[in-house]
Parts: sequence; C-alpha cells; structure tokens
Amino acid sequence: MSSFLDRAAMRLAVIAATASLAAVAWAGETQKPGYYGYGTAPTPAQVVGWAIGVRPDGQGLPPGSGSVSKGADIYADQCAACHGTFGEGEGRYPKLAGGEGTLRAERPEPTVGSYWPFATTLFDYINRAMPFPSPHALPADDVYAITAYVLNINNIVGNDFVADLNSLPKAKMPNRDSFIWNDPRPDTSAKECMKNCADPKKIKIESTAEGKDLTPRTTGPLDEMKPK
Amino acid sequence: MLPVLRRGISILGRDSPIIDIGGRRTFLKLGAAMAGGALFGRGAAEAGTSDAFPPQDAPWSQTLGPGIVDRPYGQPSQFVKDVIRRDVPWLTASKESSVSFTPLQDQTGIITANGLFFERYHGGRASVDPQQHRLMIHGLVDRPLLLTMEDIKRFPSVSRIHFIECPANGGMEWRAAQLNSLQFTHGMVSCAEWTGVKLSALLEEVGLKKEAKWALVEGADAAHMDRSLPIEKCLDDCLVVYGQNGEALRPEQGFPLRLIVPGWQGNVNIKWLRRIQIGDQPWFTREETSKYTELMADGRSRGFTWLIYAKSVITFPCPEKPAKGPGIYEIRGFAWSGKGRITHVDVSTDGGVNWERARLQEPVLPKALTRFTHEWRWDGKPALLQSRAVDETGFVQPTIAELRAARGVNGIYNNNSIQTWQVKADGSVFDVQLS
Repeated sequence: MSSFLDRAAMRLAVIAATASLAAVAWAGETQKPGYYGYGTAPTPAQVVGWAIGVRPDGQGLPPGSGSVSKGADIYADQCAACHGTFGEGEGRYPKLAGGEGTLRAERPEPTVGSYWPFATTLFDYINRAMPFPSPHALPADDVYAITAYVLNINNIVGNDFVADLNSLPKAKMPNRDSFIWNDPRPDTSAKECMKNCADPKKIKIESTAEGKDLTPRTTGPLDEMKPK
Repeated sequence: MLPVLRRGISILGRDSPIIDIGGRRTFLKLGAAMAGGALFGRGAAEAGTSDAFPPQDAPWSQTLGPGIVDRPYGQPSQFVKDVIRRDVPWLTASKESSVSFTPLQDQTGIITANGLFFERYHGGRASVDPQQHRLMIHGLVDRPLLLTMEDIKRFPSVSRIHFIECPANGGMEWRAAQLNSLQFTHGMVSCAEWTGVKLSALLEEVGLKKEAKWALVEGADAAHMDRSLPIEKCLDDCLVVYGQNGEALRPEQGFPLRLIVPGWQGNVNIKWLRRIQIGDQPWFTREETSKYTELMADGRSRGFTWLIYAKSVITFPCPEKPAKGPGIYEIRGFAWSGKGRITHVDVSTDGGVNWERARLQEPVLPKALTRFTHEWRWDGKPALLQSRAVDETGFVQPTIAELRAARGVNGIYNNNSIQTWQVKADGSVFDVQLS
C-alpha cells in the first residue's frame, strides 16, 4: 500500500516537473543552444549545395564567370521564348529591358534596367528560379553569362563585360538609389467621424466595375474567359 | 448481405421491415428523385413546388444514405460545388506563377476551409515527400542544424489563428473599380489555425551569434522562393508550422512545412520551408526588389513594407450575394489588422456620410480575421455600403482617395482601402469607387 502511494507521489512529482518545464518554454524564456539536441549538424557540402542566396556585396556568389557574347547565345536558347530576344517580353511574361525614364509615367515599365536596384539579385534569381520550366539546371558559368547579357541589353555594362563574383557587385544599377527601405507608413490619417462626415451631394460614383467584362464568373466551373 | 444491413439498421434504431419491404421501392424512388433533383430540383423549388416541401416526406428522408467511410476523407456537399477557389486568367502569364482567390462570399466564420485557402505560387505547387524533407538552419549561428520533420515535431508545439493576406489583394483596384466580385477584389486573404514550433525556439536551439540581424527564409519549390526577415520579427511571433486547421498543412499551403509571419504580407510566409540562413544584412532578393516593392507617384519605391494595415470588407451583401427586396438585412463582413486586434468596425449605408458601430463577433484575435455584423433595414432605395476597421493602435482604415493621394496609383501592393458596394433598387450589387 505504501509503495503504491510512493509511486503515485513520484508520478505526481514527475508530472509537476514536466509541467514546470513546459511552463518555462511557454513563458518564452530562452533555452541554451542544443537544449533539445534534436537533428544533426549539416556537412559543409550540404551547406554549400543549398546556400544559394546572393547579397549585394557579393556574398554567396559562386566561382565562375560568363561573358556577354556567351550569354547572348544561352539567352537565345533558354530565355528568349518568354522574355523576347532583346528582353522585350513575350505575351504577359516579364519584360527585362527598356523602360528607362518611365517610372513616373502613366504606365511605368519596371525592368531590370529601369527598376532593379542590384545586379547581384539578377544572378541570384536566374540561378534560383530560371529557366522557369526547368530551374536549377544551368551551371554557374551559364548563369553568369546570362546575367552579363541581360545587363548589357539594358546598357548597364559594355559588350566586353564578364560577370563574376568581383564584377557583379560593382555594376551600378540606374535605379539603385530610388528605394526607401524604411516603411514610412502610416501615410494616411483617416479619422473616425460618425455623423455628417461628407456632403452627400458631393458623393459621386467615380468608377464602377459594372459592364467592364473583366470579371470571371463566380458560379459554375472555372471561367477560362476564352474569347467567344 | 441482408443480415449485415439489418444489423446496421437496428443500430440506427429503425425497424428492419422498412428495408425488407421498401428497399427496392425506396431505391427506385430515390433514383428518380436524384435525377429529378439534378435537372429540375432548383427550378421546381423556386416555383414553389417540390417533392421535398411539407407536407411531403422529402426523397432523401425515404431511404438510407451512404454509410460511414463511404468517403473516408470528407467532401463538401454536391450542392456547394460552385464554392471553389477561382482565378483571373488574364492576370498572369502562367498558372504556375499565379494566384487563386478564396470565395469569401461563402466563408461563414473566421476560419477558411483548407480546400478554399487562396493559393499563390511562384513556381507551382511543390510535391514534397515529408520523409525526405529537411530544414537547414545555418549562417551566423553557434550550432548549424539539419532537421527532419520528425525532429521538428518533437519541439514544443503551439497553435495560433492568423490570417495570411497577399499584399496584392485589391491590387487591380488602384486606378478604378475593375472587378465586380468580392472573391476577386478581396479573396487573397484567408485565415487558419496553424500548429507548429515557434521560430524563436529553433533559433535558440541553434544559438544566434551577436551579429545576427537578418534571416533569409527559403522554400523547396521550383522557384526557391525566398525573403529576408529582420531577426526581431523572427524572435517575436513567427511560427514554423506543419498543421493547418487540425490536419497536416495542405500542399497548396506548403506541406510539409511553412513559415507563418503573423500580420505580415503573405509573400514572406515561405511555403515548403527548407532553409533559414542567419546573416547581418538583408539579401535584397528578387521578391523584395523587383517585386513586392511599391512604386510611388514621384518615381521612388518603397521596400520592406511588410505589415498588413487594418482592412475590412462587407461579405454580405456583395456582388455575388445580392439583396432581394426591401427588409431587414444582417450586413456581414471581415476585418483584420497585421498590427494586432480589431477594436471596432463601423458600417455606412450612404457612401460614408454617416456611420454606425457594427457588432464584433468573438473570438477577436490579434492578426486574425474578425467577423462583424450590423442590422440594416433596407428601404429598397439605392445604397452605398462601406465598412471601416479600426485596430488596437487606433489606425483607421482609409478610403481609396486617401491612399491615392499618399501613393499614386502604381504601387500595386498594400491597398487596404474601404470597399464600396453599390446596391441598386433591384438589389443587385456592384463594385464602385467614390469621388
């Protein structure tokens, strides 16, 4: 009998200890690194294989290089079908070149040349996500070459430019200094007016979606909006 | 076969003779009813006649339904088959880098059904084998880690309800009212209960170095979708989740593992999460430079505008759910804020001249969809319905005119303006913008 009570008491103590441990974790108190000890350390090769992120200062760029002329060939083969031979874009696929001086226009054309702040991002993105239907298939030299070509058709680098881990961070992008990286919001200051907040006579419908023919059906099967 | 059937019946407390005698007859009757129902049911019901109306016994009452595990994984009723995610075909070049919209007009509570949660892919929906999936955490840490899904599930777990909104929600409406549909003007927001590990717990386990200021979070999808996040947010309330509304994450939502960044734009909630790299500065990825930056009228652009500011929309009436004649209506809608709780929502039926306080429905959770309702006695005259959310920081949802004055019309993202629904005398509802 007493041994039963002892065991019960011990069990309660264990439960209490577990609960207090849990309470520590839930309270957001920090644990020492390795406290849980789950998982394994990745090998250097595993890290190199996955750590593909490239920063504007060049950190993350791999060895290798590629010229504008080599890039023109690979681009024609791998990229032009969607982006156009000179980056003009096909269909709704993104335009890569042109658009300088349009950012304040009625219809701005943000491209690599007119908009992108960093050339390193171009290498990173091609390497990370392109060519769209078969990504991660191009060796670093090819990615460098395509990067060089896209910069070239945007008049950012000359015909003899060779992209590599030293030259890319130095390529000066025209729109680089036009970005504000600290969120300036709130940039509106609406008040909680409840009565007579506006002159009813001045409230006019400025635009309506009625009759615009842009809206897919929201009943029946998916609406492909094929021209009739 | 028959004895099994009889046993089943007795469990349900019915008399077996019903089946013995009527089995064949009720089956035939049901077959006729189903054919009739599919072809004529709705028309007949609208005409005011139906075999199902009292005093008749409805066809589905006269026979047994399919038994348990007829559908081992449940499906919505065949009568709500139109309630689905939908896309705008002209919006994007391909379906693999595109978006679909949640049918908010049919969402009855703050939780979005898993099958209706909006989709946004940059390289299609990845099919990830959880056995082979790994999360690598490395960079400016003391103990780089490679974790299996089993490892991740052993960490202390938490469940939280949060919305996710694509910052491009409403992005087609900057210049003018364009899409006559709640689903397409607002359907890039959804809300779920997420279960997983606090990101802070994982970062404590690897040990952040002093210089750690930013994290690069990256997916295992074809686009290796990635974003830079400030370490303060990572340590604050981010979650690395494997559960969605009580089941495993859906592939559309990043099965087996995704990041939840509460209250911040959808894009940073990396799906199919495979890697977290800790660094001392941001990476300026394509998705935070070329895209997800906001071009202002003066030609400058805003970047790292992660927060979702307070927003609301009326979900009934709306273009998909018109009014039907004068009378009392419960105006219904959702409000949400990335900064915390919604404190109140006001509703106007006259285009913003006068406002009345709506009722908030519990639970009112931080960074989650919040339901509001408001009784409206419609006199049958044309009306302009609006809702206006206020969050716990006192921020008041702006009009589209106020947003345009501050930013111009080329920003695409972060349109949290007040939505106006025009109700015509016939009850039909249209997306409009007011001067």
